[in-house]
Amino acid sequence: MRSLRAGAAKKKAAKTSSGSAVQLPIVCDADTLRSLVRKKAVRVVDVRKADDYKQEHIPTAVSLPLARVLENDTPEKIVGIMEELGISDKTPVVIYDDTFGALAARVAWTFQYVGHINTALLEMTFRQWKELGLETEKQARTFPKARHLLNVNRNIYADASYVENVKSQPGKLLVDSRERLNFLTEHIPGAKNIPYTMVGSNGSILRKADELKRFIENRGITSNAEIITYCGSVGTLSGLTYYALKLAGFQNVRLYPKSFKEWKALGKPKEEFKDAAYWDLSAE
Amino acid sequence: MKKSRVATANPRQKGVSVPKPNPKWGREEETEVFAKKVKLFRQGKIPEDDFRRFRLQHGAYGSRLHMDYSMVRIKVPGGEMTPDQIEKIASLSEAFSIGSAHVSTRQNIQLHWVQLEDVSEVMRGLVETGLTTREACGNTIRNVMCSHFAGVCPNEAFDATPYSMAIARFFLRNPMCQNLPRKFKINFACCDQHGLVRVADIGLVPATKEENGATVRGFKIYLGGGLGAASFIGHLLEDFTPEGRVLATCMATVRLFDRHGNRENMARNRMRYLVHEMGWEKFQKMALKERSIVEMTTSYFTAQLFDVKSQEDTRQLPKAPRMAKLPMLNDQVTKESPAYERWLHTNVVPQKQEGYFTAFITLGAGDITASQLRVLASAIRDYSAEAVARNTPQQNFAVRYVRGTELRDFYEKLGSAGLANPGALTIASAVGCSGTTSCNLAITNSHRLAKEVQRKFLELGLDTDDSLRDATIKVSGCPNSCGQHEIATVGFFGGATRMNNSMVPTYTMLFGGSAGEQGELGKAAMRVPAKRVIDTVLRVIELYRQQRSESETLHQWVVSVTKGRGAGGIKNLEDMKAALAQVIQLPAQEQDPDAYRDYGSDSGFSAKTARGECAA
Repeated sequence: MRSLRAGAAKKKAAKTSSGSAVQLPIVCDADTLRSLVRKKAVRVVDVRKADDYKQEHIPTAVSLPLARVLENDTPEKIVGIMEELGISDKTPVVIYDDTFGALAARVAWTFQYVGHINTALLEMTFRQWKELGLETEKQARTFPKARHLLNVNRNIYADASYVENVKSQPGKLLVDSRERLNFLTEHIPGAKNIPYTMVGSNGSILRKADELKRFIENRGITSNAEIITYCGSVGTLSGLTYYALKLAGFQNVRLYPKSFKEWKALGKPKEEFKDAAYWDLSAE
Repeated sequence: MKKSRVATANPRQKGVSVPKPNPKWGREEETEVFAKKVKLFRQGKIPEDDFRRFRLQHGAYGSRLHMDYSMVRIKVPGGEMTPDQIEKIASLSEAFSIGSAHVSTRQNIQLHWVQLEDVSEVMRGLVETGLTTREACGNTIRNVMCSHFAGVCPNEAFDATPYSMAIARFFLRNPMCQNLPRKFKINFACCDQHGLVRVADIGLVPATKEENGATVRGFKIYLGGGLGAASFIGHLLEDFTPEGRVLATCMATVRLFDRHGNRENMARNRMRYLVHEMGWEKFQKMALKERSIVEMTTSYFTAQLFDVKSQEDTRQLPKAPRMAKLPMLNDQVTKESPAYERWLHTNVVPQKQEGYFTAFITLGAGDITASQLRVLASAIRDYSAEAVARNTPQQNFAVRYVRGTELRDFYEKLGSAGLANPGALTIASAVGCSGTTSCNLAITNSHRLAKEVQRKFLELGLDTDDSLRDATIKVSGCPNSCGQHEIATVGFFGGATRMNNSMVPTYTMLFGGSAGEQGELGKAAMRVPAKRVIDTVLRVIELYRQQRSESETLHQWVVSVTKGRGAGGIKNLEDMKAALAQVIQLPAQEQDPDAYRDYGSDSGFSAKTARGECAA
């Protein structure tokens, strides 16, 4: 269904370049993106702040700061934005950020939620792209408005009540993507901790699929489990974990985008661990 | 796929020697076995006790009151670490721990709050750079320590490092020490000053002897010392043990302990109790006899496994450029001195190799973040001619073979990551075990207290006062001496005391302990509420300044008082206690509720502990 190897993706991209649009893997490597850009066969989406985009960005990228996605919190508005950026149902989209992939993941998930199938995360951050000396441009890009259907994919979404019911349902598992110390302090009852720091590695926003798979297997989680990810506030860290789990081969993954912030605001129960002064180990 | 990555190799290279080879302490198959065992344990297919023994044998402790998490103890023989290893630990701490690593008091590096299911991944990463957690805990021979000055110490007979490494290699995974009555510790010194040889099961100080016109290498070997709820100072086995008999001496001692050590009473099963109960003369005789038996019965093949030659660093390090003297090493500095001069004075010492210096990285109770570890690794590559660093029992790092001409650049680089704090070699560098931050046995937050002492002392500039320099402050969170409080000038161990009808976190204060070959244990004097500890130590310093005789250092003064030989108004510990009675008083709880709490806690104190895992 998805090719995990960069090389495989490249081959695929080359094959289909003349005909219909390429189906991207979850993570798109730099060379594949560059070749798609040259062929004008991709929409690159920069989710950093508008000012950063203005300074420079990956060639042909359009600007869609994460904040704008969060402000326009309905599927209709999101589809409207996508159309405005020239993204049709068939357009392959590659998204990048400068925040270890977490913002890009949140936007990618949002696109998939409203029915866009062909999205990928760039394997690296913009800073790493620059460090490799790859090409950039300053010119702000606009494209002719496209048509995009609205086809909400409820299967990848969870709200508070959905999360609340997980506990009583075997085969479903809640994963908290925040760092260990935050998790120990308080979390949604029954959640397991897979910190976002676990899923990336130097030079790549996500580790290799077999490595991620092993991490999950070590935890005794079977591949047919349904996993709901959440983090601290708007679903960025957990968005990255969402894609890590997809890459590891999990079919049923959902994101709780309103995450722990909403959970707490709703006064829902929390699990706390107060018997150790673990914060004092931090050298920060 | 080939990537067009830009080479990031350091262009400076400053004549740094070839990197040290991967030491290969770890084995990949052990990480796989560990992952399997965790799964079996979670499925209920291995009894808890069996699993605990296995887990400890592989260096993972249970975390404080939460057995889903582990403290992973990375064994670092002699404390020696390559930049690759340091970077790997940085990544592992970010991925699986809390983003910080911790230097222990026995040259281990500890990663805390690692999920049990991730321990095998940490181990896997460590193996890549040659590290292991094997036998870092449990009833085994623990990390073999070696003075961080070994090889550069002006007073050493010879470099003990290869001997310590050879001993570590000989005993690691050795069937003879996989199930001892209790843990067993071996410490190497460089000279009579540096090293914890009197508080180890086996302590070795390099020595030489003239025999038939030739210089023979050997050691002064001390047996049966150790710190804990009851501590003992080790005994000298014989005047001189030639190097050819070192292995047999160690094997004989381990065998005696294995055979006669107490396997029943967990509280009294370290070898020091055996020596104490048997009496030193008897133990000494048995040890010498056992050694003869070992020498007669050890096969040639086995003896060859102790291979000192193979552990020698054969790289030719370049000579350091000659340079003008570094005045700040000896001149007086003050709180107002330029930061670099203060750092130079309190963190840097000359080596026996002319032009080279050893510089210390001041950490707070051994804590260092992942990003700091990366800067440290890079600084080692750029500035240490031996291209390794050693972690120290004072919970700092020692970077050796830094050229005097490059000290300032080195300092600047460390400073960019907050690693250039002064005070590493002074009273300000307080030692603290992990305490209630992660340990099951801890009663108090000794870790935070040690950091608070350091912060306050640096703020007051006490690191710049040379009369305080040889004094040490060490804090443990319970009577078991991981914080080594008994070898401190002023030591503390945590407890709980009822005061004004409330339970209060307190520390028992000890005076006059010291390390080194003439090391002595401190004497317990009185209990001090946790939030009064800093004021109490400051009061001790004030008393010292009033009472000292000329040129007497704080440490010397405290030792004199401890022995009842104080000169001024404070002659003995009774006088000291009377003089401190005021400062340890607590106001009524309503007036100052914070004084009744422990550091790092905003609620009332209650002593919570769970079963220790030291003895599996």
